[in-house]
Amino acid sequence: MDSAPSRMQRLSGPTVIVLALAVIGMLYTAFGAPAGHAKDDPTTEQSMAVKAGRELYLQGCSTCHGLGLQGGAGGPSLIGVGESSVIFQVESGRMPLKAGTVEAPRKKAKYTTAEIDQLAAFVGAHGGGPKLPPGKLNDGNLQQGGELFRTNCASCHNFAGAGGALSYGQYAPPLTEASARVIMGAMQSGPENMPRFSDNQLTPDEKKAVVRYVQFITKAPQPGGAALGRFGPVPEGLVMWLVGITALVGVTLWIGARA
Amino acid sequence: MTVLGKGAAGTGKWVDDRLGSSNFIRRSLNKVFPDHWSFMLGEIALYSFIILLLTGTYLTLFFDASMHEVVYNGSYIPLKGVTMSQAYASTLNISFDVRGGLLMRQIHHWAALLFLASITVHLMRVFFTGAFRKPRELNWVIGTLLLITGILEGFAGYSLPDDLLSGTGLRIAASITESIPVIGTWASILLFGGEFPGTSIVGRLYAIHILLIPGLILALITFHLMMIWYQKHTDFPGPRRTEHNVVGSRMYPVYAAKAGGFFFLVFAVLALLGGLAQINPIWLYGPYDPSQVSAGSQPDWYMGFLDGSTRLMPNWEIHAFSHTIPINVILPTVVLPGILFNLLGAWPWIEARLTKDHDYHNLLDRPRDKPRRTAIGAMGISFYVMLLIAGGNDIIASIFSISVQTITHTLRVAIFVVPPLVYWATKRFCLGLQRADDELVHHGIESGTIRRLPSGEFVEETVGLPVPYQITLTGVEPSERPALHAGEPPEGPGYGDKQVVEVHGNGGPVVHEVRRPRGFFRDKTISRKEPLRPEATMPPLEGTGKPRAK
Ligand code: HEC
Ligand code: HEC
Ligand code: HEM
Repeated sequence: MDSAPSRMQRLSGPTVIVLALAVIGMLYTAFGAPAGHAKDDPTTEQSMAVKAGRELYLQGCSTCHGLGLQGGAGGPSLIGVGESSVIFQVESGRMPLKAGTVEAPRKKAKYTTAEIDQLAAFVGAHGGGPKLPPGKLNDGNLQQGGELFRTNCASCHNFAGAGGALSYGQYAPPLTEASARVIMGAMQSGPENMPRFSDNQLTPDEKKAVVRYVQFITKAPQPGGAALGRFGPVPEGLVMWLVGITALVGVTLWIGARA
Repeated sequence: MTVLGKGAAGTGKWVDDRLGSSNFIRRSLNKVFPDHWSFMLGEIALYSFIILLLTGTYLTLFFDASMHEVVYNGSYIPLKGVTMSQAYASTLNISFDVRGGLLMRQIHHWAALLFLASITVHLMRVFFTGAFRKPRELNWVIGTLLLITGILEGFAGYSLPDDLLSGTGLRIAASITESIPVIGTWASILLFGGEFPGTSIVGRLYAIHILLIPGLILALITFHLMMIWYQKHTDFPGPRRTEHNVVGSRMYPVYAAKAGGFFFLVFAVLALLGGLAQINPIWLYGPYDPSQVSAGSQPDWYMGFLDGSTRLMPNWEIHAFSHTIPINVILPTVVLPGILFNLLGAWPWIEARLTKDHDYHNLLDRPRDKPRRTAIGAMGISFYVMLLIAGGNDIIASIFSISVQTITHTLRVAIFVVPPLVYWATKRFCLGLQRADDELVHHGIESGTIRRLPSGEFVEETVGLPVPYQITLTGVEPSERPALHAGEPPEGPGYGDKQVVEVHGNGGPVVHEVRRPRGFFRDKTISRKEPLRPEATMPPLEGTGKPRAK
């Protein structure tokens, strides 16, 4: 299915970006005074959040991402990744990272929504980057969302958001537990092997439509009975052999024994 | 039984009064079918086919096999206003707006899976018991044709709704067709009426799915059953069962009542599955769009082995005479099934050739008594199962968090290594079972009586096996075993339920009543009779290379 070159392309893209960001980040921390800006004006709500976020960051994240967000041995630079990336990573429980795994797995979120917003504000104040669009995140057009989901997401996450395997042990996770903010954050930040969907590719309204559709297919009750994992014909075949045929062969044994 | 018996007698008289003692009807009603659970597996296929016809007919009332584009305006909100083919829109209507439509669709699809699964199980029973041997080779070939037409029928049905999954399947079918050298492109254009996907394929598949193939299957099933009727069913060796008779229940009323009841049980299982377990939720797949594909796009299970062989195949192509021959497509999807189905259909002749056994066989083999055939069958099953696993490699990878590549690389080796191992292990297992039988026949079974020897040692007495079981185990009749026959009462304690025996003599079938043994260890009293333990009458094992007595 996947050949080696495509994997190299996929790896080299992010690597180059991370390296470039790391260099920019180092220059930035060396010459600039980003943390100072926030301290200068502690009156606004935004800078209060940044300040609180800084505390949380220093405690929970700086060991890996560096005191000045510049990155380090434990994790990449966070300069310019944007609020959306933080919200995606922290709200889905991926960050703070525990052990080195192929893909940071989803866990229970360690921070409250308010704390996550503060962390996001802090990181966002350093180099900007994508932010969640304003307004309700899931009030898009359902039909359009379905169309866009099938075109842009189903190839990895499957038609019903049940997830799927990518090459070399990588996987696209199921979308069943993702909140609207996580879905939006994922599209805006493109974690790991997932492509980033810029506003040129999917406008904020289109992203909201996708969020609505994802929530519909993963949460709304569907007719027809047990979903069998929504993995398509493979579990259906398995049920036929393990339940259908097994039950009927049992019936033949029963009738046979009464003969 | 008495109520049934009275009813039967009444019906017999009713028929007699009207049609006279019509020989055919009388003989038909008196026809004897042997009782063994495994002889009912073919019936599951028959009943699921009937259920397919019934539910399918309901679906044709509402399905519209047109690829014309329409704007959906039904009650499934997420697709409202979306442009799609009439075929897909009408399938949505069946699912959401037709009374009982979704249930019918789901039963129909589950029945299709059951149809092919039961054909497979039935085929295995026919194979492992040697029921395909002379004179039933032709019925085996008809069976193989039924299997192939069944698979094609299923694929045609799967492709009808024109959803994303079925379209993906059709695209693969198109590229398989195109991979055939010389005629490929032309054949594909002929099939699809132009470039894939075109606008005619669903209509064509519809005609194939509801008329052509069902007609073919119906005709083949009719032949299949007529041959069984004419040739009579086989049976396992047992008391009074010979190459020339059938022991079992009469067609009417016992067999008919059982078969009718069984039909409703099959229906019940399918209705439960159709009502409780979602199958092919086409509204989630969305309408077919060549630019989209979903992760986990797989065919139904009966096509899964072809998907698997494609996934296992390395990416090879041959460039010759300015043509590219995609070996990676033709080999796993055209050549492999070609070889497999030909081997399957020709098996009765292949085996006859290998064993030099060209005799008539109306008595079945116990699988353990033919270790080599059983081992070959097990080997074939292991090969097939590995292809199936390969076909679901991405689902397995994502459920068990293994890498797809690891599964594929492992299977590429395993598919050559595991079948020979399975062959070897199965053969050993069969020989082991034979030895256990041998032990039973020669040394008898434990009696439960403990005796203290003069030396002070305790031993449990063993006693000989009841004659019927000796016959079952050895396949040798008492008449051919004078030593056994001597002190053995034909009827005695331990002989229970009455059975009907039809003996085909010169003057037509004669119906006898005999008694049949009860359960294996249920009646220990008979086992206490000394003369039952025979001496040295166990025929040599097949595995030892010596021919079996008989
Ligand atoms: C144990 C080390 C570790 C800790 C602690 C940690 N991270 Fe990370 N983080 C990583 C690594 C490694 C990656 C890159 C791999 C990945 O994305 O899975 C990463 C990636 C990220 C990214 C994505 C960067 C991008 O390019 O989009 C964000 C955002 C992030 N971390 C935020 C945080 C926040 C906020 C915290 C504190 C709550 C935190 N991390 C704690 C190791 C860590
Ligand atoms: C190339 C494959 C690919 C495509 C296309 C893709 N994703 Fe992802 N997606 C991933 C991978 C890989 C991850 C896991 C990232 C990680 O763990 O850091 C992921 C993670 C996610 C998550 C987080 C799930 C959770 O709760 O843990 C969401 C939500 C998500 N994707 C939504 C989308 C949406 C919406 C689209 C379409 C607009 C999309 N993805 C398209 C590969 C993909
Ligand atoms: C539509 C599919 C099929 C149907 C409806 C069907 C039905 C039946 C039925 C009802 C019987 C008698 C009961 C039994 O022995 O189970 C039978 C016997 C038989 N079938 Fe099939 N069958 C089908 C497919 C096959 C296949 C795929 C094969 C093998 C390739 C096969 C080979 C045979 C043979 C050789 C017998 C005679 C068995 C004997 O007399 O012991 N059939 N079939």
